[in-house]
Amino acid sequence: MSTRLVTFTLARRWYGVDVSAVQEVLRGLPRTRIPLAPPALAGLINLRGQVLTAVDLRAQLGLPPREDGTEPMLVVTHVDGEPVALLVDSIGAVVDVEPEQFEPPPDTLVGPTRELILGAYKLTDHLLLSLDVDKAVAA
Amino acid sequence: MEDMDEIVQEFLVESHENLDQLDRDLVELEQQPGSRELLASIFRTIHTIKGTSGFLAFGKLESITHLGENLLARLRDGKMSMTPATTDVLLEMVDTVRALLTAIEHGGTEGDVVVTAVVDKITAVLEGGEVVPVPAVPESGLDKLDQPTDKLDQPEHSRRTVADASIRVDVDLLDTLMRLVGELVLTRNQIVRQTLDQDEVGQDLVRSSQRLNLIATELQEGVMKTRMQPIDHLWSRLPRVVRDLGAQCGKQVRLAMVGQETELDRSLLEAVKDPLTHLVRNAVDHGLESPAARTAAGKPAEGLLTLRAYHEGGQVVVEVCDDGAGIDADKVAAKTLDKGLRTAGQLARTAPSDLLQLIFLPGFSTAAAVTNVSGRGVGMDVVKTNIESIGGTIEVESVVGRGTTCRLRIPLTLAIVPALTVECAGDRYAIPQVSLLELVALDADRAAGGVEDVNGAQVYRLRGSLLPLVHLTEVLGVESDRSDGHVLIAVLQADSKRFGLVIDRVLSTEEIVVKPLSTRLKALGTYSGATILGDGRVALILDVQALTRRALSAESIDRQNAEQTVAGTVVTEPDRVLVAGIGGGRQVAIPLSSVTRLEHIPAASVELVGSREVVQYRGAILPLLRLDRHLGSVSEREGTDLVVVVYSCEGRSVAIVVDEIVDIVEGEAEVRSDIDDLGLLGSAVIRDRITELLDVRAAILAADPNFYTARDEYDEAHGTLQEVR
Repeated sequence: MSTRLVTFTLARRWYGVDVSAVQEVLRGLPRTRIPLAPPALAGLINLRGQVLTAVDLRAQLGLPPREDGTEPMLVVTHVDGEPVALLVDSIGAVVDVEPEQFEPPPDTLVGPTRELILGAYKLTDHLLLSLDVDKAVAA
Repeated sequence: MEDMDEIVQEFLVESHENLDQLDRDLVELEQQPGSRELLASIFRTIHTIKGTSGFLAFGKLESITHLGENLLARLRDGKMSMTPATTDVLLEMVDTVRALLTAIEHGGTEGDVVVTAVVDKITAVLEGGEVVPVPAVPESGLDKLDQPTDKLDQPEHSRRTVADASIRVDVDLLDTLMRLVGELVLTRNQIVRQTLDQDEVGQDLVRSSQRLNLIATELQEGVMKTRMQPIDHLWSRLPRVVRDLGAQCGKQVRLAMVGQETELDRSLLEAVKDPLTHLVRNAVDHGLESPAARTAAGKPAEGLLTLRAYHEGGQVVVEVCDDGAGIDADKVAAKTLDKGLRTAGQLARTAPSDLLQLIFLPGFSTAAAVTNVSGRGVGMDVVKTNIESIGGTIEVESVVGRGTTCRLRIPLTLAIVPALTVECAGDRYAIPQVSLLELVALDADRAAGGVEDVNGAQVYRLRGSLLPLVHLTEVLGVESDRSDGHVLIAVLQADSKRFGLVIDRVLSTEEIVVKPLSTRLKALGTYSGATILGDGRVALILDVQALTRRALSAESIDRQNAEQTVAGTVVTEPDRVLVAGIGGGRQVAIPLSSVTRLEHIPAASVELVGSREVVQYRGAILPLLRLDRHLGSVSEREGTDLVVVVYSCEGRSVAIVVDEIVDIVEGEAEVRSDIDDLGLLGSAVIRDRITELLDVRAAILAADPNFYTARDEYDEAHGTLQEVR
């Protein structure tokens, strides 16, 4: 049975989340920063009257911060019934992947981010990393 | 009908609905006579009406429904089977019930509706006999009922019946409406702001936005009203609580209620229920004395417990007052000391009125003995926490021997609150108006002198008392972008503590819609929610309670108090002087520590008391001293206003009139000469100009000879004046 993933990039790597969890994809909305909050909480955004927390996936995945001047995209997903906006670099296509393409993360992947990566789908030209959204948001 | 009891009203609405259902059920029952489900439903409905009518003492209604219930019970249990005759009897019963209800609605009593015929019929069916056709007897009952109605005025006819005038609405639906109105208010704010911001806006758009503003406001009020319920809903069960409790404690209590009709949001009503009950229990158990003790104290044996509710300043105030023994602040203090909640030093510095508030400390309980009434682990601290969690406040007042008053202040609603929006480090924040006392704006000059330092802790003298300052930038760990030296202070109060929050800019006051934060952000303990501002951006709402606790823990207040005492005895900023011109090119330096305020007053406001000039200032009479005349100069100032330097000490003030304020200079004068003219301490070169140093004491004595009589400890050798406390 194939799985349908919404794909996006972070630091030129491809990541995917299950399409059913994704509500919509937006270009950068103004964010209100939250002093004292952990760095991964990149601010609050107004999505049609609803206040959403934006989570910077780069910070969560231990990637270097986004270069100045590049505007992140927002992937609005549902985590525990609450919508959360994920900050990503760019949005890719929606792709169907097969279980046989899947492999768990290599043993050499250690540290806190191992928890967040479910595994990799071996696509023809690159790997697509499957993200555990719940953990990525909560971490 | 106006004075019809509310319970009866509710009963009528409910019963009318039930009867409609009953009609449908009965007709359906005829189609499927065996349906136990339908029978059970009908039985329940009749049973409910019977129960309530018995309770409300509607005898006819009770007897007829009682019989109906018997019949239905037999049908339900299968002892009888449904026949058209049975259905007829049941429908007839429903009609009679309806007639009775209408009579009650119109006259408040059952009137003269005849029920005997139906009763006979039902009895006949119950006894298994044939139904004797007694034609149209219930109708005759209805006829009789109609007669008095006909005699009434026309409007009575056109008036809607109770059932038509009110409608039951799902609370969820109301919540949805409230949310939508919230969105509308936000959009309204955005539109209004955009029209204000743009220079070239058509008049039509301005008008439309004004109309939108009005309509949105009215709609908001209207929807909020649908959620409002009188506080009586809460209070109605308290007489019973008080009665039982009084009997249990052996006390005679009379309960008086004032302002039952005061309304508040139903969600808040629910939240206030437990704290209020607790306060009432407390008042009966601990507040009021035993009848013997009361008589001995010369009070009536019956204690009086008063509940009072009223609207005040956009809040609902609920008071629980007893005329009991009162709370002895000293005992409270001793108790907190005993329990190690406060140190003796802390208590010594607590104002008497604040001592009472210590009963809200966790771990405090004044009950000498744990009774089964109170002392069940729910203390006043829990009451306080509950009230504060809904944005309310609680305070206690007491006079020993006279009684105690607990005062709750509760917001009208939680969803939309008035707030002040401020800016700090380029971000905007909202501060709920409830916590805001006032705003103080200091320009660079006044800030330089006004904001003082108590061994590292910044304070501001607000009308003579020291207000601890907290910089929002420091609390949030951000960089201020204000570099022009201006200081804006929002004076906030929470937990009965007052402090000044220093912010970068004040933007506006607006109604904000509170949006909940995710749990993780709530856990930060700094923000109570978020809101969407006029331009569509999100702003965080500062949690003033948490901010107070964080910035002003009991320990830090203690430290500040201690330092204040020490600092008071040394010279605060001895080397800062205010340089003022007095005409003739002369400059006079006044120690800044003497200065309370600088003001412009209209020259016309100067009045004479005897030979002395005075002005009215902030409700007091201020003696006026014209410094030019005092020092033998001639004023060159023209214009209709006077520049005055106000000096206050120990509740007395004088106003010193100068020509102009030249500067505030830091640093000791470089050169000092001993030319000692009348009224001067000497002279010095300040910023390349010879400046005379004013003998403030002499100057003030010239204006008000009695100024220092209360201050024996004045240190003459010092030459400068300070606030001693």
